[in-house]
Amino acid sequence: MGKTFAEKILAKKSGKSEVRVGEIVTVEPDFVMSHDNSAAISKIFESIGVKKVVCPQKIVIILDHCAPPANEKYANNHKTIREFVKKNGIKNFYEINTGICHQVLPEKGFAYPGALILGSDSHTTTYGAFGAFSTGIGRSEAAAIWATGKLWLRVPETFKFEISGKFQEGITSKDLILKIIGDIGADGAIYKAVEFTGETVENMSLSERMVFSNMAVEMGAKIGYMKPDEKVFKFLENRCVNKDYEVVFSDEDAEYEKIFKIDVSDLTPKVAAPHTVDNVKDVSEVKGTKINQALLGTCTNGRIEDLRLAAKILKGKRISKDVRLLVFPASMEIYKKAMKEGLFEIFLDSGAIIMNPNCGPCLGAHEGVLGDGEVCISTANRNFKGRMGNKNSFIYLGSPATVVASAIKGEITDPREFF
Amino acid sequence: MTKIKGKVWKYGDDINTDVIFPGKYTYTVTDFNEMAKHALEDLDPNFSKEVKRGDVIVAGYNFGCGSSREQAASCLVSAGVGAVIAKSFSRIFFRNAINWGLPVITNSQIQDLVKKGDEIEVDLEEGKIYLKGKEFTFPPLRDEVKEILDAGGLINYLKKKLKEGK
Ligand code: SF4
Repeated sequence: MGKTFAEKILAKKSGKSEVRVGEIVTVEPDFVMSHDNSAAISKIFESIGVKKVVCPQKIVIILDHCAPPANEKYANNHKTIREFVKKNGIKNFYEINTGICHQVLPEKGFAYPGALILGSDSHTTTYGAFGAFSTGIGRSEAAAIWATGKLWLRVPETFKFEISGKFQEGITSKDLILKIIGDIGADGAIYKAVEFTGETVENMSLSERMVFSNMAVEMGAKIGYMKPDEKVFKFLENRCVNKDYEVVFSDEDAEYEKIFKIDVSDLTPKVAAPHTVDNVKDVSEVKGTKINQALLGTCTNGRIEDLRLAAKILKGKRISKDVRLLVFPASMEIYKKAMKEGLFEIFLDSGAIIMNPNCGPCLGAHEGVLGDGEVCISTANRNFKGRMGNKNSFIYLGSPATVVASAIKGEITDPREFF
Repeated sequence: MTKIKGKVWKYGDDINTDVIFPGKYTYTVTDFNEMAKHALEDLDPNFSKEVKRGDVIVAGYNFGCGSSREQAASCLVSAGVGAVIAKSFSRIFFRNAINWGLPVITNSQIQDLVKKGDEIEVDLEEGKIYLKGKEFTFPPLRDEVKEILDAGGLINYLKKKLKEGK
């Protein structure tokens, strides 16, 4: 019997010839990622009684969650991190002018095929789009890796999604992942390794694939893996921090717990309605819902392809006077690209505000928190009650196309009207 | 601590980390006692005022889904919660709970029977739940995981290991 990607990589990283589903293994990750929560991790780390981190070269820290800081608490938090980074000689440290962690890791070449990356952020699953095994852990666990270089993991069962067909114009991978999460539920894939395969995935850009891996955790998955191909290898060519990475694939005859088959040919635009990600509706069901704010950005959909798509719709149009449209490119690299391509002018002329790359109001810390009773449509990955800083507000999740189309009309709108 | 005894706090499915511990506090509320006051704030404002040491949360599917924030587990510990029993747990919450020494028990038989305020007893060693004169079993945790739980969480476990020179 063949082995799945998850089984193969966990065997490799735990130094065993073979592992079984359900087994607990101790692995040595290639990288451990953390962000603004690194200050809290450093406190836990210091409580363990180890003087210095054992693996400074494996630690990647990005300041992104509230950057620049909104008040003295956030500022002191960043300060603690900077001091810790200096003291421990951590080289892979990225300041507030870099971008959102899940965009920065791939850009800086840490997310490569066959890498094992653990991050103290649930959307660490994003790097599965590059053929890495990557998943979220807690702060104590990150501290434990800083102190020992190791952590325990359970070998997961694997689900496979075989996706075929071509998207209609105006439909994106976001609509598809929302549909999948709506169908199988927020707990549909708890603890499972998930693999996305099929011609549709192969034809997707890396950006589109990352939406899938990013949101795999919203159905409970441990990882969201895709078979790396030429697109991945090419992207990594001048970035990868490990030139000799070894690609790991699932065996042809690997054993899957479940296989789902999906055809996207007649997929329609979807949104997740308040207050859960699996409360998925066809845009036609909620069309006309008035909105106050629209958010284009986050680690889910703040990439250049997303901005281009949004700009294509916004070009020559004004957003509704009752709507604030906030644009957060996911990284400085994307920010510069968008600027050079002239997208900023289109955004600004439409009435949007362009913000600096960071998480922004995605987690309700600053920059665009909602008022009581307000409604936001966002390209993010979560719409929980209170997520954007106010439990009396309402968040819809949709594709970049749906978000800007809705910003123009001032109400939730089918983006296909603009194609 | 193998026996837990207290009153039941009952909730439904998909209790997410934002309602257990709101994201807006993750960088501003760091004091353990202070954290306890915000536990489940957006879901049940009475919880933090009335919860007693040893109380048990009983919930449905996917408890703790959402963010990786560890405070979702640690705020429950600091509020005195003795254990969480749910039909299923989100993966990261499950890990965080173990790593904070909070027993997490997967069981789907008791949800329809209990209501808020019922007396409940859990024996971790035996893998048993005692409720209204009835007895329910749950699969014991794997040894590797139990060791961490027994030590009072991952950090205490590591400290212990370091002391032993391992
Ligand atoms: S953009 Fe939102 S989901 Fe992504 S890392 Fe930041 S806070 Fe988390």
